[in-house]
Amino acid sequence: MVVCQLKRTFATMNVFNYFFAGLSDISISEDIPVEGDISMPVGSQNADNDFSTLDEPVKDTILRDLRAVGQKFVHVMYPKKSSALLRDWDLWGPLLLCVTLALMLQGGSVDSEEDGRPQFAEVFVIIWFGSVIITLNSKLLGGTISFFQSLCVLGYCILPLTVAMIVCRIVLLGGSGLVSFVVRLIVVTASFSWSTFASTAFLADSQPPNRKALVVYPVFLFYFVIGWMILTFSPSH
Amino acid sequence: MANTDFHLQFQEFEDEQGFTEHNQGATTVTIDDPIKSRKQRKATGTAFEEDDNDDKTEIFISSKGLLSGQRKSAPFWTFEYYQTLFDVDSHQVKNRIIGSILPWPGKNFVEVYLRSNPDLYGPFWICATLVFAIAVSGNISSFLVNQGQPEFRYVPDFSKVTMAATAIYSYAWLVPLALWGFLTWRNRKITSLVSYSFLQIVCVYGYSLSIYIPAVILWIIPSEGLRWCSIVVALCLSGSVLVMTFWPAIRDDKPRITIVIISTIVILHVLLAVGCKACFFSTYEMDPSKDHNEPSAATNTSSSTKPK
Repeated sequence: MVVCQLKRTFATMNVFNYFFAGLSDISISEDIPVEGDISMPVGSQNADNDFSTLDEPVKDTILRDLRAVGQKFVHVMYPKKSSALLRDWDLWGPLLLCVTLALMLQGGSVDSEEDGRPQFAEVFVIIWFGSVIITLNSKLLGGTISFFQSLCVLGYCILPLTVAMIVCRIVLLGGSGLVSFVVRLIVVTASFSWSTFASTAFLADSQPPNRKALVVYPVFLFYFVIGWMILTFSPSH
Repeated sequence: MANTDFHLQFQEFEDEQGFTEHNQGATTVTIDDPIKSRKQRKATGTAFEEDDNDDKTEIFISSKGLLSGQRKSAPFWTFEYYQTLFDVDSHQVKNRIIGSILPWPGKNFVEVYLRSNPDLYGPFWICATLVFAIAVSGNISSFLVNQGQPEFRYVPDFSKVTMAATAIYSYAWLVPLALWGFLTWRNRKITSLVSYSFLQIVCVYGYSLSIYIPAVILWIIPSEGLRWCSIVVALCLSGSVLVMTFWPAIRDDKPRITIVIISTIVILHVLLAVGCKACFFSTYEMDPSKDHNEPSAATNTSSSTKPK
């Protein structure tokens, strides 16, 4: 009986926690440091207000978004328990990373021998479709994270793999022998495990505890496939 | 003893009444705090929750073990219906995979492991893993076969992924559909004690493909003997699991039909394994002098594995 009452109170408290957590829609546990921009842009209703973003120079608008994206990049490179990625989710960073990766991975159409390489559209579809499937999977297993937050986390955690792609291209400029292959293998393996670890650090809290392995495994598979595409990238002469 | 059991059950019942969204089946392990997670989902505003109070009451009534095998009474267009198909824990998935690899005479996979809780997590992700394992291993093996030839430049073959995906997913979904249709049709004529639902058959087939993942990884090693050996071992293990699962459903039938069904199941399983090996893994050429003299033949071999 007492347990019943306690459970009910706890559940109600959690409901209030959500209603009063502002417009964001995740649960923030108490021991995670909260950071980020508290002031929210007011919008066009108060057009004559000083804080309206309509009158500011374009440079400010773009720099603010770029700063937010850059801040999230820093969070990915040094993953610690933080809710900044989840609370202020945006899809600009994932789009930027996905386009960069797909541009670097795509096969050229002029060279007929390159038709084994993935096309731009294939890489793009794999990344976004894969993210959507993993998000659906985690929601079906009972995760509390919202759809776009999960897409945001998965997209941002592609950053180490993009860095590895750039490194691989530079290494391939020096030759494509065994040494360069070993170097590329090490770089890609390190970045793929970094990606998986970073995304697990952000996503782990929102899953039921006895299903964490079921949610982490598809993320592992996703980054493994992307890492494989990077590793088998062969340059065009 | 009976009194205590009744008391325990009564307590559980009351607990459920307090929270109408609890929908755990009687045989499954309860998640940590499903009420909290459900309320969180409500507050986050997922799209499918408009009139799920009635659905949840339905699920609650039918899922307390009183009606066995009738868990999923949510309408199939709601999100909750598909959530019941993913209602498994990590250790349950692990046990099901082990159960599909090691056939135990007398242990029916459906009875022992599924127990009216078939899931779609296992079939979907095992098939996905198998698709990527075949693509990766096929590329690695073709790279190893043609290594050391200066004229050959390794080109990763991306189209293998789409071919493998089509083949495996159609096997994992169309064959259970056909089998389920056939068994249902026979059940009208001959009442059998055991009848499987479509999702249970999909589940069995999905988990039975899990033995192929280590076998496919072994196929990287370019040795024909090892490849055929691993195929035979994998076929024996998963084939026997399939046969033992479906035997109770068809043993009451005419012996000719029984034999036809069993042999069809086994033959399709064999075809999948051998087909994957033939399409994605080129044969190993043992003669190095022949390779050096005919570099064009090597590139022809690798290009013959690409689709036309």
